[in-house]
Amino acid sequence: MRLAFRNRAQLLHPLLFFGIVTTLFPLALSPEASRLRDVAPGVLWVAALLSSLLAIEFLFRDDAQDGTLEQYALSGQSLTWLLFAKTVSHWLLAGLPLALMSPVAAYGLGVPVGAVPGIVASVALGTVALSLLGAVTAGLTIGIRRGGALLSLLTLPLAVPLLIFGAQATARAIAGTGIAGPMYFLAAFTVLGITLAPLAAAAAVRISLE
Amino acid sequence: MDWTWFHRFGSPPHLYRLAGTLVPWFAWPAAILLAAGLYGGLVLAPPDYQQGDGFRIIYVHAPSAWLSLMAYSTMAVAAALGLIWRMKVAHAVAASCAPIGAWFTVAALVTGMLWGKPMWGTYWAWDPRLTAELVLLFLYLGYMGLRAAIEDPQRADRASAVLAIVGVVNVPIVHYSVEWWNSIHQAPSVMKFGKPSISWPMLSPLLIMFVGFTLFFAALVLVRVRGEILRRERQSRWVAEVVAQ
Repeated sequence: MRLAFRNRAQLLHPLLFFGIVTTLFPLALSPEASRLRDVAPGVLWVAALLSSLLAIEFLFRDDAQDGTLEQYALSGQSLTWLLFAKTVSHWLLAGLPLALMSPVAAYGLGVPVGAVPGIVASVALGTVALSLLGAVTAGLTIGIRRGGALLSLLTLPLAVPLLIFGAQATARAIAGTGIAGPMYFLAAFTVLGITLAPLAAAAAVRISLE
Repeated sequence: MDWTWFHRFGSPPHLYRLAGTLVPWFAWPAAILLAAGLYGGLVLAPPDYQQGDGFRIIYVHAPSAWLSLMAYSTMAVAAALGLIWRMKVAHAVAASCAPIGAWFTVAALVTGMLWGKPMWGTYWAWDPRLTAELVLLFLYLGYMGLRAAIEDPQRADRASAVLAIVGVVNVPIVHYSVEWWNSIHQAPSVMKFGKPSISWPMLSPLLIMFVGFTLFFAALVLVRVRGEILRRERQSRWVAEVVAQ
């Protein structure tokens, strides 16, 4: 984690990407506040999804290149736990800042301030599940040159439920109604991801390292 | 318990020959049932009182949609077998299922769109079932893309197997999440408990088509598996003997 801090640009790029994508929508649609508020949940979540994808690409890349992943696999420690720890620190560096930045982007889209806690909570929870899912697909695409497009093709279809319930939670937060329902779903996916994804990611990394 | 029969499935030459003998047993009944089902569905079945003759596309649409899911489950089960017992031929089966399943998915989407234009007034609506089917198509494409991107065949087998299994966990989730999202697709009329809600003269050709399509799928998979095994084992002696014959 500390190593990742040294490479600040890599950390900042997905965040900047998130900011720019949300700026593009008012330019492309119309700067009317009422209209922007209607599309805000979708815009926020699609932008969050795409910028997390950018971050996921870096999840294992450097470690695979300099052989750290191989050391993990040979270390005698459980690869599952190591990758889980890696994914958690990845989320702290990529998912959490995204969640913290989402109110700024949301405010820019004309979202009322009262919706902020709901939006932050849903983005934070959704990116946990997304990081876990990304660990599996990133593990599969280790060592494939120019695997970025392929990584998106693998990750995005599997992320559809997150998008649906995340955008739903955001929309409800904006409308001021209870967000508990979609949040429970997001939480359920996250729990499922925590239990299964590290196992699948470890299997994927082992295969890719052969 | 004697497991030799199971291990024999794992032997490429054995499966190659077995698939060869089984192909006609699936292909001919499939051809007969498809012909009978099409005749029954397109000629004998009465027109629908609301949709006229337009409903008849269901005789292709519903079996294709069924097989798009069936092919995915077959692929995932084969992939799991290959991953757990390291059976080379199971990976060959999984690899053979993917393109067939993808085409059935395309068939289900296209026939649904053709039907949707006169009935719903649009080719495409962001309806849950349509969306879920489209996501399934992307999963197939991702699976084939991953397989094509990895050069080492054994690594490609095992990596895509992990993906197929992760996908199988996710497919029901995707399915239900879009289901709750919004809906205009009619409720299923065949696959439900109790009495089906369509009349017998319309239903019977559909059931025949279901069986016919499934057999057709099995025959296609067997043919592809034979090709796949030959391609994978092209260095070995028994392939040279088979080709020389």
